[in-house]
Amino acid sequence: MYNFDFVKPSTVDEAVAALADEDAQALGGGQTLIPTLKQRLAMPSKLVSLKGIEGLDKIFVDRGGNLVIGAAATHAQVAATTDYPALASLAARIGDPAVRNRGTIGGSLANNDPSACYPAGALGSGATIVTNGRSIEADDFFEGLFETALEEGEIITEVRFPIPEKACYMKFIQPASRFPLTAVFVAKFADGVRVAVTGASNDGVFRWSDAEAALNTTFDAGSISELSVDADDMISDIHGSSEYRAHLVKVMTARAVKAAL
Amino acid sequence: MPDINLTLNGQAVSGTVENRTLLVDFLREGLGKTGTHVGCDTGQCGACVVHVDGVSVKSCNVFAVELDGSKVTTIEGMANADGSLGVIQQAFQDHHGLQCGFCTPGMVMTAAALLKENSDPSEAEIREYLDGNICRCTGYHNIVKSIQAAAAEMNASPVAAE
Repeated sequence: MYNFDFVKPSTVDEAVAALADEDAQALGGGQTLIPTLKQRLAMPSKLVSLKGIEGLDKIFVDRGGNLVIGAAATHAQVAATTDYPALASLAARIGDPAVRNRGTIGGSLANNDPSACYPAGALGSGATIVTNGRSIEADDFFEGLFETALEEGEIITEVRFPIPEKACYMKFIQPASRFPLTAVFVAKFADGVRVAVTGASNDGVFRWSDAEAALNTTFDAGSISELSVDADDMISDIHGSSEYRAHLVKVMTARAVKAAL
Repeated sequence: MPDINLTLNGQAVSGTVENRTLLVDFLREGLGKTGTHVGCDTGQCGACVVHVDGVSVKSCNVFAVELDGSKVTTIEGMANADGSLGVIQQAFQDHHGLQCGFCTPGMVMTAAALLKENSDPSEAEIREYLDGNICRCTGYHNIVKSIQAAAAEMNASPVAAE
């Protein structure tokens, strides 16, 4: 890989200042970025590690009852929490144990891989992504393949998850990569149901609004049995056709509703 | 180029690295600790697993410079003080948990991480935990048996396993 400058600031302000340089890039756990650098798919002038900022990995429940997860919290740290079991279960199934010990929630959300797990958890929960400068609703955050609402040099500092009455993340893995071939996060709140789908669409994570409307009427897997998913916008590759992924969206949604706790 | 300091298998070590130097390359080429293997170099195969501050990490997927001041344990740190094989290593030998041996350093380090978290894992839990460690020889069967045997040994004589 190309070489780069490296800094490990101890505060968010220092990190933001370090990221002001042209072609500087934030480094979370590096579990996606480092393989990308090895392939010379990116050439940052400087990597700004976010692992040295005190408290950026804290996890707690705030007064409003939200589970607040610091951006540098690893998947293993989130997997060990008990306040929001469906989200802990999602984190516990990302990658493998060694990857979960490095990879961070902030890195995953900022990368917005179309097959990543956390974007479904954040969008399905209606989470708020907090940065050094503002708060962004999950509905406004994800903007397509590897695209987010983050500005150049903007850093995620924490993610606030409202805790639903019931939720489940149902993931159908692609066995070689262990990423979701298609996965669905269903969350039932007092004021409505949210259904977020990852791994399926050419536009990245999305909400399946027809299913949300049906489940708002009756929260039962049978409620979506008459619905169909348009295959036009779905990913098609050697692992599965767009029609297959569209089918999986419905199957995994039904399974998530049945299993929601 | 930055100088870094690590505690490697209980010993203070230091070296000069490029920012882009991966931990595994620092271990193998900088420190001569070649027990840690590079299999895929993409973070998938797990041959390079070491422990950093007590948890398993893929050393091909982390920069050495990120870990300045950390405690690193490699396969060289798994033997007993007298040089004999540690409990997990001995179990792999006794139960034929390896054929070519290339994946074995990572398998042993991952097994050690698992048994630290869960001293009595089920077969399903062992197989799930080995998700990120690929072996192309054994079909995993004897690796699972080795880890079960190591767990039994450690539970039977917790002092001997220390």
